[in-house]
Amino acid sequence: MAKSSTVTKPRGILGNSALRPDGAHKVQGSFEFTSDLHAENMLWGATLRSPHPYARIVSIDTSAALALSGVQCVITADDVPGKPTYGLISSDQPVFAKDIVRYMGEPVAAVAADHPETCRRALALITVVYEVLTPLTEPEDAIAGTFAPIHPDGNVIRHQRILRGDQNISGPIVVEGDYVIGMQDQAFLGLEAALAIPDPDGLGLHLHVATQWLHEDLTQISACLNLPADKIRLTLGGVGGAFGAREDISLQVHCCLLALKAGRPIKMQYSREESFFGHVHRHPATIFMRHHADAEGKIIKIDARFVFDGGAYTSTSPAVLINGITHTQGPYKCDNATVDGYAVRTNNPPCGAMRGFGVVQACFAHESQMDKIAAAVGKSPVEIRLINAMVTGDPLITGQIMESVAPVARCISETDAIPLPEPLGLSVNELSLPGGSGLTASRSNIVRGIGWGVSMKNLMYSEGFDDYATARCTLKDGVASLKFATSEVGQGFVTLAPQIARSVLGVDEVILEPIDTQIGSAGSTSASRQTWMSGGAVDGACRLVRERLFHHVGLMHSIDPLRLVIDGTDVVDQVGTFRITVAEASDGIEIIETFEHHHRATEELDENGQGNCHTAFAFVAHRAVVDVDPELGLVKVVQIATAQDVGRVLNPLSAIGQLEGGIAQGLGLAVMEEIVMKDGKVRNPSFTDYLLPTALDAPDVVAVMIEEYEPQAPLGAKGIGEPPCISVTPAIVAAIRNAIGKNIERIPVRPQDICL
Amino acid sequence: MSANEFYSLHVNGKPMPVQDSWVGESLLYVLRERLGLPGTKGACEQGECGSCTVLMDGDAVCACLVMAATAINSEIVTVEGITSDSALSDVQRSFVEEGAVQCGFCTPGLIVAVHHLLEKNPQPSEFEVKEAISGNICRCTGYGRVFAAVEATIRSRTEAK
Repeated sequence: MAKSSTVTKPRGILGNSALRPDGAHKVQGSFEFTSDLHAENMLWGATLRSPHPYARIVSIDTSAALALSGVQCVITADDVPGKPTYGLISSDQPVFAKDIVRYMGEPVAAVAADHPETCRRALALITVVYEVLTPLTEPEDAIAGTFAPIHPDGNVIRHQRILRGDQNISGPIVVEGDYVIGMQDQAFLGLEAALAIPDPDGLGLHLHVATQWLHEDLTQISACLNLPADKIRLTLGGVGGAFGAREDISLQVHCCLLALKAGRPIKMQYSREESFFGHVHRHPATIFMRHHADAEGKIIKIDARFVFDGGAYTSTSPAVLINGITHTQGPYKCDNATVDGYAVRTNNPPCGAMRGFGVVQACFAHESQMDKIAAAVGKSPVEIRLINAMVTGDPLITGQIMESVAPVARCISETDAIPLPEPLGLSVNELSLPGGSGLTASRSNIVRGIGWGVSMKNLMYSEGFDDYATARCTLKDGVASLKFATSEVGQGFVTLAPQIARSVLGVDEVILEPIDTQIGSAGSTSASRQTWMSGGAVDGACRLVRERLFHHVGLMHSIDPLRLVIDGTDVVDQVGTFRITVAEASDGIEIIETFEHHHRATEELDENGQGNCHTAFAFVAHRAVVDVDPELGLVKVVQIATAQDVGRVLNPLSAIGQLEGGIAQGLGLAVMEEIVMKDGKVRNPSFTDYLLPTALDAPDVVAVMIEEYEPQAPLGAKGIGEPPCISVTPAIVAAIRNAIGKNIERIPVRPQDICL
Repeated sequence: MSANEFYSLHVNGKPMPVQDSWVGESLLYVLRERLGLPGTKGACEQGECGSCTVLMDGDAVCACLVMAATAINSEIVTVEGITSDSALSDVQRSFVEEGAVQCGFCTPGLIVAVHHLLEKNPQPSEFEVKEAISGNICRCTGYGRVFAAVEATIRSRTEAK
């Protein structure tokens, strides 16, 4: 079970590379991930999934499974006592399919048994008779209305346009492209897992789960179980990465239902194959984009049409669509735009949140377009981006004014100033060429290319959603305790929160209380938002405590509290000689304060896509150097140079880790990662067939942090999680184009896209 | 399950009886679920990700690919047995200090793989390091800090001589 952990040396305040408080446990293997949890008398749970993308369920017979020795119970849609569906934005996804299955892998039943192998055998004994239907797999068919609705809510999940400025204006330069983005998987290492423990009275339960958003899970679970929220307690189990894939419900409701029915603790954990079916993916998309520019290459107008394939259920598709279309312009000035966007329902796997959230798709298109403009006017990729670079105060195509610090030109220039790698010499180690230890390449065949990508990314949630965060700080005898429901998925909030407390309160020791639903929501660990939002909440709670501490010290020592400040670990009178340690000052007292941080209000877009829909923005530039074997179509990414707008670096070690990790994921989308679909069926649900970047694929990363304090951010720091993975992908593809002189408009770039 | 097999494994220098086991269980499952050694992680069950890396008679293997009952005559070392006491090894310390740990799910496998590498090859080249850990997938770090941790370990071992 989750335990309070004590954080002591080394003293880490904001700006220092404080070390992870869970680091020692993680390197020793003693950190408890959710899949490591056990409970007395525990059973295992497992899910039966549809083998068909679209079929009518004629009958389900569970009797043989129930008769198997070791099986405790089998549940189907008939066993859901509350709301039969769930969903983050629209509650349109069944807990279990009842009459219709709408994607390959949709849950149909679940079993509880004494051993994982018993579960597997029981699942095989459940007989489901299906009447197979022809699946809707082409998003354009969903838009055209030529396919009968596959769901009562229809085949178009959301349609939104943006009309800005002069709709008929053009310029001497017109470039266009049809861009295709494949389906990427988050591929976190720690598979979905949960442990549900029913209360002794059978009236409630305690769920330990690896999730990004405890309170949203609680709301959805409570409705499906038909249990009041106060009868369900959620505690964050150790989370092995997330990247968006844990924002939606996966096994949460199933696990709770089994536990309540069995009256015993139930543990569920997915296999890798099941994980590919059990969580949402990055939306595949097609994007048409046409840029009109003047003779200098300055953007006059953009026309675009976006189609995001949302798969069978809504998940976050409406928000992904808005993110995509509102980032059509990228980090560039643009006064006129005609944008049309669709998120559609198909019988493909449901798609939802993944790091970059709609902006990854838009960025691949707009950055490919920038290079086309550059070529048309005879400018370099750097020049074309600099003359179009957005600045603070510019209007966006939604009419919203860019109020965030926007050092776009600086990101580009400082990336450009990073030295290029050594040229590919004749005496190169052949193992480092494309193809690696396969030794498929000879030095003389290899061509090198350089490419650019620059991006803008919104931070926090949009369209009027108040995704606030809550934190509580307790100061007692010189020790601070922090309580919040912020999901730690690996990003390092558990490192940052004590840094904030040490900086604000002058304490050394900070205790982190269990992360659970025994406090208000922290919102989701997504949208690059927790440093800003939960960081703001911890900062706010600590400041309230500090104010009361100063008041207490003022009373005790007859000093005006307004004269007191924290200096290191002391309380100091800044106009006198009084000085005592925080430990002495707080001796024998206990101060508790809770704070909610809310970001500025946002609003929905109107029918023409106008409105202040986003909260804040961050920017980054990437320059990629690649070596390509044109004969075999293999690519080696040699170097990524990057300068990222971070506001302020709060922990240099955590920050570089986010940049390098995001770059690797963007590299994956550029050249290797794709869930391959055929007729609605996933063809590669395994790490054998879904390729991920390894240590041998990792490029040299040279990174510069652009620190321009963001006044709107509570700590001056912008979120940094998503930007690294956004523009690195188009940069790598541009470098491949530059190397081989061929236009490529699809990611991931496959060998045949290069050599055929 | 009809489960009445009995055998014994030799793990981290100690004999460990395995009771009531189904003979089809993998070494990964037995270590985690029967011997109370959850440090070895499962993430792909196909030998692709390296999260379950353990040492078997001195070789780094994926525990998910080994049938536990076939390992009865082998010396097995898991991440829990990398050090003889509760202190961190130099590799473990470097991982923490150089920022090589984020979510930490791949970390135990990487720790075993790096110990194994430096045991066999105390002064590996940059390329040899990459090749040695290329069977251990990390989704969080992009590997940059992992390389830094390995370099820091090599540096500290060289300086200690």
